[in-house]
Amino acid sequence: MRIPYYPGCTLHQKASGLDRSARVTAAALGIELVELPQWQCCGGLIPQIREAYMGLLAPARILVDAQKEGDRLLTLCTFCYNTLKRADRILRDDPESRRRIEDFLEEKYYGVRVVHLLEVLRDEVGWDSVRQQVVRPLDWKVAPYYGCLLLRPYKEIGLDDPEDPTIMEDFLRCLGCTVVNFPAKTECCGSFLSVTKPELAKECSRQIVQKAAQTGAQVIVTTCPLCQFNLDRFQGDGPTSDGRYRSVPILYFTQPLAFALGLDEGVFFPDQHRVSPQRLFSSPTKEGRA
Amino acid sequence: MVSLTLPKRIADRDWIKEIEELSGENLFACYQCGKCSAGCPLAFAMDLLPHQVIRLLQLELVNEVLNSSAPWFCVGCLTCATRCPKGVDLAKVMEAIRTLLLREGKEERRPFPLPTEIMTEAPQQASVSAFRKLSL
Ligand code: SF4
Ligand code: SF4
Repeated sequence: MRIPYYPGCTLHQKASGLDRSARVTAAALGIELVELPQWQCCGGLIPQIREAYMGLLAPARILVDAQKEGDRLLTLCTFCYNTLKRADRILRDDPESRRRIEDFLEEKYYGVRVVHLLEVLRDEVGWDSVRQQVVRPLDWKVAPYYGCLLLRPYKEIGLDDPEDPTIMEDFLRCLGCTVVNFPAKTECCGSFLSVTKPELAKECSRQIVQKAAQTGAQVIVTTCPLCQFNLDRFQGDGPTSDGRYRSVPILYFTQPLAFALGLDEGVFFPDQHRVSPQRLFSSPTKEGRA
Repeated sequence: MVSLTLPKRIADRDWIKEIEELSGENLFACYQCGKCSAGCPLAFAMDLLPHQVIRLLQLELVNEVLNSSAPWFCVGCLTCATRCPKGVDLAKVMEAIRTLLLREGKEERRPFPLPTEIMTEAPQQASVSAFRKLSL
């Protein structure tokens, strides 16, 4: 199946590992990601307040271009997913916003269904089919981490339960992983505060990593480049004063997928990690031990 | 009886109404259960807890809220909005407060020095989002 794809600014650069691992794994599972012929940054976050038309313009421009390529648009970055999906909702539900944006862009907007690769795997490829294509079942103990924007607000995103989601757990089990019960899975990593108030993002992130470490998880898996960065980056600053801290590598969900599917080119991006996940990729797999 | 002296610019405006209009939220729906503050990941850094922001607005103690760090530390994670039993979306309230202050052009809200090391390492979405949130 062919799906128009919006990488977004971060995936073209700092999080190229997410982009590359997604492209190879999607292709292996029969999904052709067709990058939009032209696109720009979505603005990162959707304005929360009313009548913030300027903030709506960037995602609206992407959606207007995307509707020429098909009736849906695939994203990987959690921020892009949230922003584009909510922008589509605003443009569909609020006639005044749509009128102003259409007037400005001089184009009509009919609606685009914004989807995440995870939901395409669940709803269209199907977990069973993913499981059948695994050639290297992963004997890993994993903490799935969703963060905030992949799930919230539920009424507009609707991907999974905003407080106790299971889509990532289901996905990881298909790959053979053992999934730990991780109560901090929907807590926020401090988001963009990492660039304006790094000490606050560090506090949020380290709490999450520490909780994951306490479950015995070997790795945290996420969908978001900023979660990946925050959780990973602030571990580089040393252990906590109480000595209970253990470092945990952070991977995009597409990396274990690539490894399990035997697609080595989409597995490991050494320059994108402070806490190296390399050990995981050399540990014996279920198949290897059998 | 407590008396507050507000600068004229602040006193002359109906901030409560402006915050309600911009956010689309009813501040008086909140019954102070505190669930928002209990789950807020940035509450530890705020000088007013999220539920206190709402309470002070209900009491028309606008000045305290306008000088609070809370709206500037809120990242819009929507934990509060997801859990509020009264359906109040505090992220919208926080953004409305921030926006009104930015429109005032408050001096301390102008661009501030950013840690360059992190800025160069962080994913683009972090700087894009920070500027979107913290500027007009
Ligand atoms: S959760 Fe809702 S009702 Fe409870 S204090 Fe917070 S805003 Fe008020
Ligand atoms: S949206 Fe803001 S106020 Fe609400 S929980 Fe998140 S950081 Fe706290």
